[in-house]
Amino acid sequence: MFLKNAICGSLLTAGLTCAVSVSAEDTIKVGVLHSLSGTMAISETTLKDTMLLLIDEQNKKGGLLGKQLEAVVVDPASDWPLFAEKARELIEVNSVEAVFGAWTSVSRKSVLPVFEELNSILFYPVQYEGEESSKNVFYTGAAPNQQAIPAVDYLKDEIGVERWVLAGTDYVYPRTTNKILEAYLKDNGVAAEDIMINYTPFGHSDWQSIVSDIKNFGGTGRKTAVVSTVNGDANVPFYKELGNQGVSAEDIPVVAFSVGEEELSGIDTTPLVGHLAAWNYFMSVESDENDDFIAKWHEFIGSEDRVTNDPMEAHYIGFNMWVKAVEKAGTTDPAAVQDAIIGVTVPNLTGGYSAMMPNHHITKPVLIGEIQDDGQFDVVWETNGLVAGDAWSDFLPDSKDIISDWRAPLSCGNYNVVTAKCSGQQL
Amino acid sequence: MTIQPVALRYVRIVAILRHLVLLLVFVTAAISVAPVWSDTADHSQIINKLAPSLKDRKTIAAAIDEIVTSDAPRKRIWLESLLAGTLYQRKSDDMVVHAIKTDTGFDLTAALDGSAIGHVGKREVRKFKINNSLRAQLRSAIAQMALQDSDPGSRRQALERMLQSLDEEKMAAINRLAEVETDSDVHALIQTARQLDALQNGDSQSRLDAIDTLGINTREPVVQALQKLTDTTDDPAVADAAAASLAEISQRIAVFKQVETVLFGLSLGSVLAMAAIGLAITFGVMGVINMAHGEMIMLGAYTTWAVQQAFPVIVEFSLLLAVPLAFAVAFLVGVVIEFLVIRHLYGRPLETLLATFGISLILQQTVRTLVSPQNVPVSNPSWLSGQWLIDPALSIAVNRLVIFLFCLAVFAALMWLLRKTFFGLKVRAVSQNREMARAMGARSSRIDAMTFGLGAGIAGVAGVALSQLTNVGPNMGQSYIVDSFMVVVFGGVGNLWGTLLAGLSLGVVNKFLEPWAGAVLAKIIVLVFIILFIQRYPRGLFPQRGRAAGD
Repeated sequence: MFLKNAICGSLLTAGLTCAVSVSAEDTIKVGVLHSLSGTMAISETTLKDTMLLLIDEQNKKGGLLGKQLEAVVVDPASDWPLFAEKARELIEVNSVEAVFGAWTSVSRKSVLPVFEELNSILFYPVQYEGEESSKNVFYTGAAPNQQAIPAVDYLKDEIGVERWVLAGTDYVYPRTTNKILEAYLKDNGVAAEDIMINYTPFGHSDWQSIVSDIKNFGGTGRKTAVVSTVNGDANVPFYKELGNQGVSAEDIPVVAFSVGEEELSGIDTTPLVGHLAAWNYFMSVESDENDDFIAKWHEFIGSEDRVTNDPMEAHYIGFNMWVKAVEKAGTTDPAAVQDAIIGVTVPNLTGGYSAMMPNHHITKPVLIGEIQDDGQFDVVWETNGLVAGDAWSDFLPDSKDIISDWRAPLSCGNYNVVTAKCSGQQL
Repeated sequence: MTIQPVALRYVRIVAILRHLVLLLVFVTAAISVAPVWSDTADHSQIINKLAPSLKDRKTIAAAIDEIVTSDAPRKRIWLESLLAGTLYQRKSDDMVVHAIKTDTGFDLTAALDGSAIGHVGKREVRKFKINNSLRAQLRSAIAQMALQDSDPGSRRQALERMLQSLDEEKMAAINRLAEVETDSDVHALIQTARQLDALQNGDSQSRLDAIDTLGINTREPVVQALQKLTDTTDDPAVADAAAASLAEISQRIAVFKQVETVLFGLSLGSVLAMAAIGLAITFGVMGVINMAHGEMIMLGAYTTWAVQQAFPVIVEFSLLLAVPLAFAVAFLVGVVIEFLVIRHLYGRPLETLLATFGISLILQQTVRTLVSPQNVPVSNPSWLSGQWLIDPALSIAVNRLVIFLFCLAVFAALMWLLRKTFFGLKVRAVSQNREMARAMGARSSRIDAMTFGLGAGIAGVAGVALSQLTNVGPNMGQSYIVDSFMVVVFGGVGNLWGTLLAGLSLGVVNKFLEPWAGAVLAKIIVLVFIILFIQRYPRGLFPQRGRAAGD
């Protein structure tokens, strides 16, 4: 496997498509659309490996519909327009039956028209800002009500937070999430002057003034917390600066939506201990499925040091749902699979089951974890039962009347219950 | 088979009874003669209260309270160990132990008496997990115990912590300390605590006195207490006095805020200058558009990481070793690049730009392939962490200060090299007039290689400094290349002083813009400003004059 990956890697750098399988004849092809170079490679390479593992496991079980699965890996190189080109190449040239991929919201928005035009299927494994529901996309990551809202509830009810800093990187996911959170907090009686919103550029490294502002904002004696949608690399200098200026997790906890095990594995976690993250899965969760998955992952990747994270679980769920839907439909035809997959239920890694909802989002538990000194999370709180993903937020005036239901007869991703009109994509 | 447990239970009861009798005998004796013995007898129960509650944090909280109120001599060690995450439970017999991580497992010492009890594998112990509320509970409990410490520094820290939430019990402890305290700083804090207590709980007169004695005190708890007093008190005299005092304090804090912004700006500026100084040589002095400059910074940062990986025992001093090594590595790479590529392209700026851009991609991918596409962890030595407290409302992070001084030191060393040494003379001669310098006997090709290597080496040294502030990864150079060119061009190409001043002033301007414009807009404003500035003054802040200016 390693050799194959290596060869595959070198082919990819040459800009070629690479199929990881010996037999090219009569297989079911599955597209993997994750950046293997550029800024997002850090996060997305792992997801590519996860897909290869899942496909490998399925083939060991005898494949699907009596055929072997074949992964077709392309490298969109963290270049958003290239995502659309590569998606088209996967569907038209390689005729894949389903695609697993994309990480940033902007890459998803870039490929969306391609999938809708060619009526194929995309499984999107990362938490996102919501306000979208496409017939062709299945959102296996968290919608805001499966991550951000429960996290705020935890801080509000369990920690007694009264003042809020919403800090984010300046792009669509943090902006939309913060808009939803701001509306939600105000609905809950938080005054405007108790909310501070701050945006920073990608890869921001000088956090001195912002941390000093946060410190002042939290210096009133009322409990303050930071809700962070700061993305990727920029988190490390942020937490370091918090430590530098003597802000500890007991004084002002930071709950992050983009910091997971993978992000923590490349850094010295001492200044982060005690800060929080909200996800639907943590590597430290104790369940048989999880132990099994971690063991297989370590064996596949050839290292005991590699971690698992939330988007990997999302691919695990998404892939198994697709397999089950294909078996149910008896064909890999995207249109049939789109119908069959609604209502499909598969085990998740936290010891429960996740189901595909009619709005193409799934049900998940929400967990809050505290960062430990070994880079793992210790679960301190979880929701009672599962939370169903809500495509259109109930807290934004523009979207609170909109629902999404891809079952007949409605078959609409953007249906306004007040005006009884369906906007956007229709069948 | 059923008999055995019954028999066992009987034996156990007898044993317990015997223990109890023994205990009674010894407790009476212990009071007068043998305090050491009583530790192990009573306190094993107290520490073991933790044991069944490994994960249930409510029970741990209750157990901590019990430990705090007990008279166990090692209770502070237990609490500190729990806080530091080194308190474990041995799975085989549920014994509470301190564990120190080694490569193969843990070295254990018994929590009860501190005796070493050997080495176990990774999976043979369970950790006591704590959360934020337990951490806060532990910190405040330890603070009260630390009041009796012999080190005045830790007494001061303990008091600082207690000021945040004073109550009767804490005031009693503080008053007891006041009678024996000799350190003047600690005494001042004790006074603050007493006045704070008077503010919160005293009558009108003592409140007025307290406001008067506190004066302009920028401590957060004082400000909060005054604010509360202004809002809630019935006595108008107290409210007025508190409001007046509060106004003065806010004024003082506002001044400190301005000072802080300048300091933040200088710190950001020193990072910019640090990253740009190397480029000021390759681009400024030699005129090579070096797009691979950022990768030299990256190589320096990776050298720091490599040093820490190779010698894990000397992490504290790793930076001292990393600085010369990073210089050497980047210098060598620089010389090789100059020899293989750049020397063939002198006078062809566009091709140089493309070639060095290509080199930067090659270097990035090399690191990605050889090391990892992920960022690598570079740890910060403990002497670089912490703050230097000037006033409760104004402090400087030690690592920022060190990097600022380091930047000045590198700059001074470079100035000395270029101005006062024979090598520097030749560098300046070649860069000003190549033909004339050659006619005078300078070997221009060798000087070029050395100069480029010097610029690269300085960038490598900058990488060591930056590794302490930001992420170390294959892409890190990319984030500094634009800023570096900006600083060099703004300062005036070819002028080292210009680079330093441009870096520092851009940092300060950026930090003054940030609070009202936001980080994103502040950066844009600075860029627009520089574009306009360059339109008006194409040669930057400090243009080269005279014949050296060339063209």
